[in-house]
Amino acid sequence: MTLPEIGPGATGPGATEFEQVVLPYLDAAYNLARWLVGDATLADDVVQDAALRALGYFRSYRGGDARAWLLRIVRNAAYDALAVRKRNGAASLDGAGPETDDEPLALRVPDPADDPEATLARRQGLVLLDQALAALPLELRECLVLRELEELSYKEIGHITGVPIGTVMSRLWRARRALMPQQTKEDQAKEGRAEGGTP
Amino acid sequence: MKGDGCAEMRLLIQADMDGELRPAEAARVGAHLETCADCTETQARLTALSEQLRREVPYHTASAALRARVAALAMSEAPTVARAVTVPRASWWQRLSRPRLGPLAPFGAGFAIAACLALVLVLPRGDGLTDTVVAGHIRALQPGHLMDVVSTDQHTVKPWFDGRLTFAPPVKDFKAVGFPLEGARLDYLADRQVAALVYQRQQHLIDLFVWPDDGHFDHGPAEGSRSGYNFLRWSRDGMAFWAVSDLNAPELADFVRLWQAN
Repeated sequence: MTLPEIGPGATGPGATEFEQVVLPYLDAAYNLARWLVGDATLADDVVQDAALRALGYFRSYRGGDARAWLLRIVRNAAYDALAVRKRNGAASLDGAGPETDDEPLALRVPDPADDPEATLARRQGLVLLDQALAALPLELRECLVLRELEELSYKEIGHITGVPIGTVMSRLWRARRALMPQQTKEDQAKEGRAEGGTP
Repeated sequence: MKGDGCAEMRLLIQADMDGELRPAEAARVGAHLETCADCTETQARLTALSEQLRREVPYHTASAALRARVAALAMSEAPTVARAVTVPRASWWQRLSRPRLGPLAPFGAGFAIAACLALVLVLPRGDGLTDTVVAGHIRALQPGHLMDVVSTDQHTVKPWFDGRLTFAPPVKDFKAVGFPLEGARLDYLADRQVAALVYQRQQHLIDLFVWPDDGHFDHGPAEGSRSGYNFLRWSRDGMAFWAVSDLNAPELADFVRLWQAN
């Protein structure tokens, strides 16, 4: 076994290397940020913030999947931005304090599958698919965007979102179920019972 | 009629569509679909939705202005890599417009990075990695986590990694000498994708983790035990190898010698 030399050969990661890792995935970073925060200006801020954080974390980057590494940072930056926006904008509406760390903001948006009007409108083709996707709860939306638009594996999605693969699978299913147009409320009620009965 | 069996099958149908199933599981899904009209319809609707999403939903791309700002950030902020990670967003904009140190700045940059790297290298990072790798092994021993591809044939396992990893891990079988290859999986350790080869020695399982060696972690002990598991690591041909097992240390060392010799 040879130990690596610590000397002139051990150079740190520099700007050029950082550019090579981050810039190729800037579109992926922006797309994820945009789908998470739903706003072009805020998405710009999120990506800039994420790039800055990525620069700070860069010495912990050990090669490997740069896109997943960057998207994880973008995702966390987006959640932070949403938490800030929520505190600034909606503080007077409810007395709730800051979100808990593990599930920030999750499921605060009502599930459109629970809204009969939304379901009806979707079935009649009145709501476009991208609007339906944008209306999904955050935790479901991020899984579906990472899967369908970034074509990432369950393992990568689990890494980026910080949940086990089983959770990725069930979130993807719930996201897709909410978007599948022909499914009737009866089917969903049946599934709800079946899933609820499974430990 | 839809029973609990079909509810479970939905996740498998979905995983099949997403390319996440092993051949045996995919075959099980296929067999079920032949006899279940409801699940066949579910599969068709899932596939249609997936195609529709990819066709109709916009993929937002970064504006030229954003790209330029991030590129500028990379160029101008590299010197401050060593500073604290969380920085108020406004501050780097302010700094961008501030006069800089001029031609001396790049030297400062190199010095900051070198100092930062030296700190990283002095810290017992290798030891932290030992914990991570042993934890990865223990996690893999939980039911259903050990192998993504089950094969005792190295010529099946090696191509299986193609397209799943950005590097090609070497794959060897030592069945003839009592260390048969059982399969492999992808794993994620210390913020990187790694290959894990699974070997069996009598009733003991050996995980051999492989990833491209960048030397960053090469400062912990080369062998030892942690939480009752023995480990041995080495580097060769640009790859880092970690063997972890509850197998006794001498036999694990035999295994490693076999690997290094062949």
